[in-house]
Amino acid sequence: MSDNIWQKEITLKDILKVLELLRRGFISLAKYIVDPIRNLLSKLGYKLAIYVFLVPSLGFISLFYLVPFILTFLIGMTAMDFTFKWDWVGLANYIRILNDSFAPKIMGNTLFYVFTTLTLFNVGMALVVSLITNHIPDHIGSAVRGIWLLPRITPSTVYALLWLWAARGEENALINWFLTITGLSMVIPTRTWILDDPWVIVILVNGFVGTSFGMIVFTAALKSIPEDYYRAAKVDGASTWDIIRYVELPMIKWPLLFVTAYQTLSLLTSFEYILILTDGGPGLYTTEVWSLYSYHKAFRSYGGTVEIGYGAALATILVIIGVIMSLIYWRIFKFKEMMVEPKIEV
Amino acid sequence: MMGIKEILEKIWIYVVTALLVVPVIILYFYLGLISIAEDMDGIFPTGLTLEHWLEVLDGRIPIPGAQYEYPNIYLVALNTFILAVLVAGLEVVISSLAGYSLSRFKFRGRSAILTMILILHAFPGITLLIALFFVLNYLGLYNSLLGVVLVKVALDLPLGIWIMKGFFDGVSWDMEMSALVDGCTRLGAWWRVVMPNVRNGLMAVLIFGFLSGWAEFIYALTFIAEQRFWTFSMLVYAFTTGEYSYTNPGITAAVAIIYMIPVILFFLFAQKYLLRIQLIGKGGA
Repeated sequence: MSDNIWQKEITLKDILKVLELLRRGFISLAKYIVDPIRNLLSKLGYKLAIYVFLVPSLGFISLFYLVPFILTFLIGMTAMDFTFKWDWVGLANYIRILNDSFAPKIMGNTLFYVFTTLTLFNVGMALVVSLITNHIPDHIGSAVRGIWLLPRITPSTVYALLWLWAARGEENALINWFLTITGLSMVIPTRTWILDDPWVIVILVNGFVGTSFGMIVFTAALKSIPEDYYRAAKVDGASTWDIIRYVELPMIKWPLLFVTAYQTLSLLTSFEYILILTDGGPGLYTTEVWSLYSYHKAFRSYGGTVEIGYGAALATILVIIGVIMSLIYWRIFKFKEMMVEPKIEV
Repeated sequence: MMGIKEILEKIWIYVVTALLVVPVIILYFYLGLISIAEDMDGIFPTGLTLEHWLEVLDGRIPIPGAQYEYPNIYLVALNTFILAVLVAGLEVVISSLAGYSLSRFKFRGRSAILTMILILHAFPGITLLIALFFVLNYLGLYNSLLGVVLVKVALDLPLGIWIMKGFFDGVSWDMEMSALVDGCTRLGAWWRVVMPNVRNGLMAVLIFGFLSGWAEFIYALTFIAEQRFWTFSMLVYAFTTGEYSYTNPGITAAVAIIYMIPVILFFLFAQKYLLRIQLIGKGGA
C-alpha cells in the first residue's frame, strides 16, 4: 500500500465517525455494565444507600478520633521518642507524673487560669454583654454582640499579635499609653506586660475570645423570656436592675450552668493562645498549663530528644477528664432529647 | 414622660455599652493604622506611608538579621487557600451525606451513631494531638497539607453532621416522597429535591469549614515541617516569635490584614450563618 493512512487528510467527517463509535461504545457499556449495577443497587437500594452515605463520616471518625483515642492510652505507657519505637514501660510515666517536681506548679497554674478566665469572662463578661445588649434597641445590641464575636473568628495568630503589640513595654504601646493619658498609671504603673504580668495578658486574651460563647447562649435564652414578664415588672415599678435581678437572672439559670460546664472543659484543654503569647514563660513554667506541658514534652526537644510517651501520659489525663465531662453533658443537658426518631418511615 | 431616674438609667446603660465595645474596636483599629504608619504613638500614627504595603505586595519578606527570606507571601496565600477550600469542600460533602442518612433513614445503630457524634462534639479533639501526630506519620502524611486537611475535617465533622441533620429534619418529607413517586431514585431525590432546600445549611457548613481551615494554627504548626507548606498562621507566628522575631510592625500588620480579608468579608456579609454556627459552639476553643 503506497499511500500511508497517516498521511491522509483528516476531515470533519472522520472525527464525527469516531465520535459516533465512541457513543455506541458508551451505550453498550451502559447496557452491559452500568445498568446491571444500577439494578443491583436499587435492589439492595435502601441498605446500601445507608452505608454509602455514612461510610465517609465513619471512616474519618474512626481514623482521626477513635484510633487516636486508643493510641493516646497506649503511647502513654511507652517511652516513645522521635523514632516511634514502642518501648513499653507500663505505668512508669504515671508514677513519674506523681513525682514530677513541676507538676504541682503546673496543676496550680491550670486551676488558676481556668477559674479566673471562666468567672471573669466566659461567664462574667458574657453575662454583662448579653444583659446590657438586651436593654438597648436591638439593632445596636446585635452590633455590639457582633463586635464581641470578632476575637473568636479572627485567626488566633493575628488576634494574639494585636495583644502582643498592645502589651509591649514602650511608653507609647497601647496599654501603657492608655494608663498614662488617663492618669491611671499613678495606680497601675506602666510595665512590660508580657514579662512582668503575663497572667493578666493571658487571661485578657483568652477571656475576650471566650466571652462570645456565653454571650450567644445567654442572649438566646434572654430573647425567649415572654414579653409579659417585663411588662408586669414595669407595672410594678421595677428598675432595670430589678428586672435583671428578679426576672432575667432566674430565667437563665440553666444556660448559666451549661456555659460554665462547657467552657471549663474547653479552657482546660486549649492552649493555643498561651503558646503564641508566652509559650509557658517567661522563665520556668510561669504560665505553663497542663495541656501546654503535654505539648511541650511531646514536641519540643530539650537536650535533643522529645518525650512523646510522657507527653501522651500527660494528655491521657485530659482525655479521661474530657470523656467524663462529655458524658456528663450528654446526661445532664438532655442531649438525648435532640435524638428523636426520624419523623418519617422509609 | 420619662422620669429623671429613667433618663439617668439610660445614660448609664449606654456608657457601659461604650466601655464594652471600645477596647475591642481599638485593637482592630490599631492594626489598620500601624500598617500605614511610620510609627505609632498610642493610637495616633506619627506619619503615613504606603511603604509596608508595597513591600508586602512585592511578595518577598527578608528575615531581619538573617541571609534568607520568609517563604514568598503568594505561596503562603496559595497554601492557606488550598487548605481552606479542601477542608470546606470535604466537610460539606461528607457531613451532608451523613446528616441526610441520620435524618431520613431508620436503621440499627442510628441512635448509637447520633450519641457518638454528640459526645464527640463536646469532646476536646485537641487532646488527641500527640496520637494524631503518630497516625499521620504512620500514613506518610506528616509534613503535608493533606494531613492537616484530613485531621481538620475529622475534628469538625461532628458539628457539621449535626448542623446538616438539623436542616434535613426541616425539609418536609411530602416533597421528597412526591419526587420518589414520580420515579426519582433515592439518590436523585436527594440531589434534586432535598439539597436545594438545605442551601442555608450547606452555606453555613461551607463558611465554617473555610474559616476553620483558613485560621488553622496548632495542627499546621505541629504537622508541617517545611517552609514551602507554610500557611498565613505560621508566617504571622514567625513574625512574632522565635529567634528572628523582630519583623517591622508595618509589614507584619499588612500581612495580618491580608490574612484577615476572608474573615472580614464573612463577618460583614454572612453574619447570620456565623451566628448560627457559633451558637452550637465548637468543642475546641
